[in-house]
Amino acid sequence: MADNKMSTRDLRAFFHKVEALHGVTLGFAGNRVTAIIGPSGCGKSTLVRCLNRMHEVVPGAACTGQVLLDGEDIYAPAIDPVQVRRRVGMVFQKPTPFPTMSIEDNVAAGLKLNGIAVSRAERDRMVEESLRRAALWDEVKDRLKRPGASLSGGQQQRLCVARALAVEPEVLLMDEPCSALDPISTARIEELLLELKENFTIIIVTHNMQQAARCSDFTAFLYAGDLIEFGETKQIFTTPARRETEDYITGRFG
Amino acid sequence: MPRVKTRGFGVRAVGDRIFNLTTLAMALVILALLAGLTAELFRHALPSIKAFGFGFLTSTDWDPTTDQYGALPFIYGTAVSSALALLIAVPLALGVALCLSEMAPAWLSRKIGFMVELLAAIPSVVYGLWGIFVAGPWLRDHLDPLLAKYLGFLPLFQGPQVSVSMLTASVILAIMVLPYISAVCTDVFRAVPRSQREAALALGATKWEMVRIAVLPYGVSGIIGAIILGLGRALGETIAVAMVIGNSPQISASLFMPSATLASVIANEFVEATSTLNLAALVELGLVLLVLGLGLNIAARLMVYGATQRRFQKPA
Repeated sequence: MADNKMSTRDLRAFFHKVEALHGVTLGFAGNRVTAIIGPSGCGKSTLVRCLNRMHEVVPGAACTGQVLLDGEDIYAPAIDPVQVRRRVGMVFQKPTPFPTMSIEDNVAAGLKLNGIAVSRAERDRMVEESLRRAALWDEVKDRLKRPGASLSGGQQQRLCVARALAVEPEVLLMDEPCSALDPISTARIEELLLELKENFTIIIVTHNMQQAARCSDFTAFLYAGDLIEFGETKQIFTTPARRETEDYITGRFG
Repeated sequence: MPRVKTRGFGVRAVGDRIFNLTTLAMALVILALLAGLTAELFRHALPSIKAFGFGFLTSTDWDPTTDQYGALPFIYGTAVSSALALLIAVPLALGVALCLSEMAPAWLSRKIGFMVELLAAIPSVVYGLWGIFVAGPWLRDHLDPLLAKYLGFLPLFQGPQVSVSMLTASVILAIMVLPYISAVCTDVFRAVPRSQREAALALGATKWEMVRIAVLPYGVSGIIGAIILGLGRALGETIAVAMVIGNSPQISASLFMPSATLASVIANEFVEATSTLNLAALVELGLVLLVLGLGLNIAARLMVYGATQRRFQKPA
């Protein structure tokens, strides 16, 4: 576990008094794709939202335990959640482009935030680089001034990936990024993951087991707020150690 | 074979048609009322329209003793007092709305929201009295000297300081329109989807930055709508303004001086109007107010439409 980019220790998450995660201890390897799978309501999204302190944004939500980023607890009292989110980016289930902004302004939205002052040229360079990384540049390079919402759903989601990448995070969290997309757009995002892991650590939540099998290096299976099994993806899908994991991946429940 | 009963297709269609016609009739009544009102105003204003023509709108002369009437001082007073009231009220209302929707915990937000809405329940004559006895003298003694001292190089803040003035009327108006604007804006901000806020926060936005990049742009058409609502209130507000503006039919650059608005002069002079022409001129002022209100509403709606067409597209 020494080379883990991120890890959790006995992470418990709550909504008001209800415990949604019952003490999850898990490591996420650097420059790898880790998939989190499990049936609806098992706490997958809650887990990743704890990793960039987005969980606490919901009224009544809280968590205990530790989340380490490069060995440092992101829940330590002196840590500003805003700085955590700079280093740990996130892409949501549904594409969330800012509707009043153009494509390039959407990508640059994070660059205009406090503390980041970039020149016009630098900004243009980062917009292009982020769009290239998100495999969207060729499709939008001629219409950067058009509204972000004018793109198709799949393009919007890649726009959101580009927006998240533009602030140069170290870790990218993806919360079911393909669940609102058609198969072709989904394949596009999956290809993207393989390219992105060279530079980023990726944690993806999915309810699609084929997706986890196709594009992740490690897989964690969550059930009812407990981490049931964690291991290399190949091992989880071929020789799961736990009965529940086998039942889930063979489609017997969930 | 069991007999299958059929009901036919006629019954519902008739019900729907009755419903359609009833609602259509109700909608038409509104249109008819507006048309009738305008026509009636026009009819009663006719003597004045004949006597002064378009000069009525550009003349600054308002003198019942010589039967000379011009509306410009009142158009000016209405425009300036309303604009100034919005200038004061809009930033305040946006601040209140942001506090209620973004900052305050739910229990506090409900209490403050309720108290702000109470402001709208105070009768305008009470605002007028408060303006005469409290706000007007206070502004004259405390705010006016400050404005004259630091901004006195502007003609707006020169000359004698009077407690019944354009400034007092604008401040009272601002307080009166504040609850309308802030209530609508609070709803507008609350309607911004959680996903938009979270998208901003996940980029590493602070709370203010989240408001700036996600909440305000998303709510821009709603904010404009709220301002129109406030403007409508400010333009037509009568009693409170009539009590504190001083009712002087002249255009003076200084905000410290008395003025008059279309609505306030009608309220003040209507009972005392003696000559036919005087009465007709007052009615024509009402017509001008109606047209002004309609025109501003249409302009504002076009603005909202333009803003939404040009740059606002809802995410799929």
